[in-house]
Amino acid sequence: MTITSLTTANPETPPPVFLPSRRDRILGRIQNQGAFAVLILVVVIASIGSPGFASGANILSILVGNAYPALLALGMTFVIISGGIDLSVGSVFALGGVLASYGASHGGILLALALPIVVAALIGLAQGLMVARAGMAPFIVTLAGMLFARGLLQAISHEGQTTYEVPAGSAFLKLGQGNWAPIVTVAVLFVLGGLVLARSRFGHNVYAVGGNENAATLMGVAVRRTKVWVYVLSAVLAGVAGLLNASSLGSGVTAIGVGYELTAIAVTVIGGTLLSGGAGSVLGTVAGVLLLAVIQNLIGQYISQYGSSASAAVNGAFLAVVVLLQTYLSRARRIT
Amino acid sequence: MTATAPGPDAGAPLLDVAGVGKSFPGVRALREASLALRPGRVHALVGENGAGKSTLIKVITGVYRPDSGRITLAGNEVSFDTPLDAQHAGISTIYQEVNLVPLMSVARNLFLGREPRRFGLVDVRAMNAKAAEILADYGVDIGVSGVARPLGSLGLGAQQMVAIARAIQLAARVVIMDEPTSSLERREVLTLFGVIRRLREAGIAVLYVSHRLDELYTICDDVTVLRDGAVVHTGELAELDRLRLVSLMLGRDMSQLRREGVTAFGEHDADEDVEPVLTAENLTIRPKLHGVSLKIRPGEVLGLGGLLGSGRSETAKAIAGGLKRDSGTVTVGGKRLRRGTSAEAVRAGVVMLPEDRKAEGLIPSLSVRQNIVLAALPRLSRFGLVSTTKQDEIVDYFVDRLKIKAASPDQKVSELSGGNQQKVLLARWLCLHPKVLLLDEPTRGIDVGAKAEVQKLIDEFAEEGLGVLLISSELEELIEGSDRVLVLRDGIAVAELTGAQVSEPELLRALASEPTAGIDGENADD
Amino acid sequence: MTSEVVAASGVDRARLLAWLRDYGVYAAIVLLVVVATSLHPAFLSVGNLRVQAFQLVPTLFVSLGMALVIATEGVDLSVGAVIALAASLIPLYLGYNAWIAIALCVVGGAIAGTVSGLMVAVAKVQPIVATLALMIGLRGVAVIFNGNQAKPVNDPVLGAIGLNSVGGVPIVVIAAVVVVLIVLFVVRRTTFGRQLVAVGDNRAASALAGLPVRRVLLTVYIVSGVLAALAGVLLVGHGAEADPATQGLNIELAAITAVVVGGTPLTGGRIRVLGTVAGALFMQLLSATLIQHDVPNSYAQMAEAVIICLAVYAARDRSGR
Repeated sequence: MTITSLTTANPETPPPVFLPSRRDRILGRIQNQGAFAVLILVVVIASIGSPGFASGANILSILVGNAYPALLALGMTFVIISGGIDLSVGSVFALGGVLASYGASHGGILLALALPIVVAALIGLAQGLMVARAGMAPFIVTLAGMLFARGLLQAISHEGQTTYEVPAGSAFLKLGQGNWAPIVTVAVLFVLGGLVLARSRFGHNVYAVGGNENAATLMGVAVRRTKVWVYVLSAVLAGVAGLLNASSLGSGVTAIGVGYELTAIAVTVIGGTLLSGGAGSVLGTVAGVLLLAVIQNLIGQYISQYGSSASAAVNGAFLAVVVLLQTYLSRARRIT
Repeated sequence: MTATAPGPDAGAPLLDVAGVGKSFPGVRALREASLALRPGRVHALVGENGAGKSTLIKVITGVYRPDSGRITLAGNEVSFDTPLDAQHAGISTIYQEVNLVPLMSVARNLFLGREPRRFGLVDVRAMNAKAAEILADYGVDIGVSGVARPLGSLGLGAQQMVAIARAIQLAARVVIMDEPTSSLERREVLTLFGVIRRLREAGIAVLYVSHRLDELYTICDDVTVLRDGAVVHTGELAELDRLRLVSLMLGRDMSQLRREGVTAFGEHDADEDVEPVLTAENLTIRPKLHGVSLKIRPGEVLGLGGLLGSGRSETAKAIAGGLKRDSGTVTVGGKRLRRGTSAEAVRAGVVMLPEDRKAEGLIPSLSVRQNIVLAALPRLSRFGLVSTTKQDEIVDYFVDRLKIKAASPDQKVSELSGGNQQKVLLARWLCLHPKVLLLDEPTRGIDVGAKAEVQKLIDEFAEEGLGVLLISSELEELIEGSDRVLVLRDGIAVAELTGAQVSEPELLRALASEPTAGIDGENADD
Repeated sequence: MTSEVVAASGVDRARLLAWLRDYGVYAAIVLLVVVATSLHPAFLSVGNLRVQAFQLVPTLFVSLGMALVIATEGVDLSVGAVIALAASLIPLYLGYNAWIAIALCVVGGAIAGTVSGLMVAVAKVQPIVATLALMIGLRGVAVIFNGNQAKPVNDPVLGAIGLNSVGGVPIVVIAAVVVVLIVLFVVRRTTFGRQLVAVGDNRAASALAGLPVRRVLLTVYIVSGVLAALAGVLLVGHGAEADPATQGLNIELAAITAVVVGGTPLTGGRIRVLGTVAGALFMQLLSATLIQHDVPNSYAQMAEAVIICLAVYAARDRSGR
């Protein structure tokens, strides 16, 4: 009867905040569009400070030089948003080139197109099944895939001793040469990729799988199938990039593509895609690709000797900063 | 409540669960459980931890396959393989934790898998417009720009509401809500109730699981009480008063309440004048704990009473550094713990036996010996080298004193029985010579013999001058084990029982008492 | 009757898997040696064993550090780049003194480890992500330090470390034995060894038990960095040249493979030091055998990829996930 009432605090709390606060919106904008802002800043500074930069020829060379490897980043965007990672794309890129020139020299343009795409799709399928069905860690599956694809292309090229040349006059050469073909092809593929990711059910499923796999399952998403397709897509894009590259070079270079997967990851993440999955955009990846391409171009103008190494160092530093920033932003916005 | 609501006899049940049994190795989780949900009624499912509520829900939604019994939905016998099957059949579940994708936009979450399309592409504009319209209906009026933002930027209540809207959009006939309010603010709870009332009017059957009595009496029409996997009561909620409901849940018959003396606790007195060894003031972890204060004196066992979800474990964790406190202070032996980390609490002599032994206590791949000395390692080492002599001495002493039954101290701890695992964890803390022992359900899931031993040990430690905080869902254990009992409800300390008040009737009364600032008032407009 | 048989074979299968997990790698080594020797008796010759040892030891150093990191449920992808960093530092400081150059490599490795360790332990970035940033950036830094061309390193001290023997046993092997014994001792006998496994097995429980979780995590990444730097020193000494562009390339994969093949699951909470040694040895002998029998390098590489997948697949079953 003599229960002492000890109500010490008032359970009344302020009304729930339905709308994200101003601060949240700003943080969200930094996360999504930060790369574009930095890109514009760098371009403006470079145009003022470096007279050669803004010339048409230089800009064209930036675009052409980075067109095909950019496709690896397009595939990587899908993979990373789905919560995975694909370290095999550099090797598959090189393999695609070797297979395309082998095809062009042994059977013509159809074989040159079909061979790299089919082989890349099979590699992607195998990786996707290991990740989605067997539940193996994506980084190690695709590291093994990197080793395998590299081994395969070495075997085809007799340990790098045979370089397959695309026969002169082959229709295959027309595919990827010149200044405008690469830019237009890659731009079209990016637009298609962007539409698929942002506006198709498959794209929505990719976000759902990477954002919360359990919830995606409960919401009726075919999680495993989505994952398998993502790895197939990434490998096929890498194969196609290699194919186009071989067309523009006129031969299948075996020693190409080493470390491209790392650049692809870096530009994707710099473009605002969360390495933990569930968020990102193709447009952001475009910004990431251009940002690093511009920086590489500037580095090349001043310290041409170590151009690629310096840009690797910049990539790594950028990546570390962006990852820390993303971790901080996600935590500050309490979206995990 | 509402004049239109049909009585329980009106109409056949929409979902009928009849005589369902489910066993797991060593446990009979459900025995002959039955449940009938009727259209347009909100049905409460209550029971303490381990009563079988979540097993029953999982059987209904196809996560588990029942061993016996049958489930009929609208007259047809059904058997689901996955929650998705159940969803397609019209049974939607809203989980305690929001099961959506926080990084995706609100609209995408709402429409995932059913996106409106134009020319083969998702029509984002139409999707957002529809989402805004639907959500406004659920009290989440965030407009077309709001539904394009990530779900995670909304408050938890609004997220829960999106989950509910999604569930109902899937043409649900039965909606199961598993503790939907456990992380909601009060205002959000009210919005949720508005939605539930609309579901009721739309003829949907709702199964509502909650530990908060106030909520049950506000929103539910019928009730089924589970205990130890069996249904102990089912009927209209209005016919059952709070005290009777609580005693049903806890398995106490009010007419023949008596002290049974079935535990191994003895009597001991704590000196009222002694300075407390631990003082906690105003502990707050929103939204689960609101300003709880307590004192523990050396040699005293302070019981922490309350129903499931009342904030007992959170209180212990807030003291021991297992959860970050939003505000509040903890002082041990006159020294304030400022950092709020576990390491700091352990150094100060405040240790906690967690409720979830597997997830928060044991290191399964290590041996009994290594688990016991884990926290004491720095004290047993010189220059980082473990002194095997000292280590073995301590391990032998505690294995002997706590009667830990293991093939050898080198046996893996994961191979021991629950009771012996619990003793290993106790030994881990006791070898540090702590000042305060926080025990969260110390005898849950361990056999009768070990239980009596653990209870006796708790008594002995208190005799030796330790301050003990005891959390237990078992009334005898709490009452016979504690010198004082602090009663929590919805994260607030509502009563303190001392001396002769530490008895079952008083405790039940405190647990069932009307809220001081209730939400019943909101009923008036219904 | 039949069901009993099935049940019994089920138990046997579980036991077989457990046995394979614990001792499979040793059995595989024995099998490999028997097959290789019967095909090619010179396989067990002292000369061949020395050749294998020189190739094995740097990978072994990295693998041991990797095992510590993996035991905490992490992974260190930056080890190859740390080797490149060490390779670039040596020619820069060799002019002062070989020992100073080596010491600076160790410091460099420790700093790299500190960076990834802080990102993992304090900023709570996923280990793959944190170490990936270093993997990408650090090799670039190393090439800038060194220049694009490989530099010859003709230093008596480094050459001795990399090539000489004491009583017929290569110095690198002695160094490897010492490092293995130290790691074994740390894992089995020290406070840190216990805390390491506890943190990897159940981080929540470890934190609640008051263990210094952050310090443990930071320490394993620093140790991994230092061991990788030492591996870089050995590679430079043995090859008599510093080539940051290629030295240590893909070694992270070899190390992870050695650890997983040796029975340490990628999910942490368990570490097998001797198993890791055996894992590294097995992979080394396998590729050596294949190459000795004129299997092209490319096929050996593909075989390696398949073995990695099989080992990870098997490890997945073991951890019960």
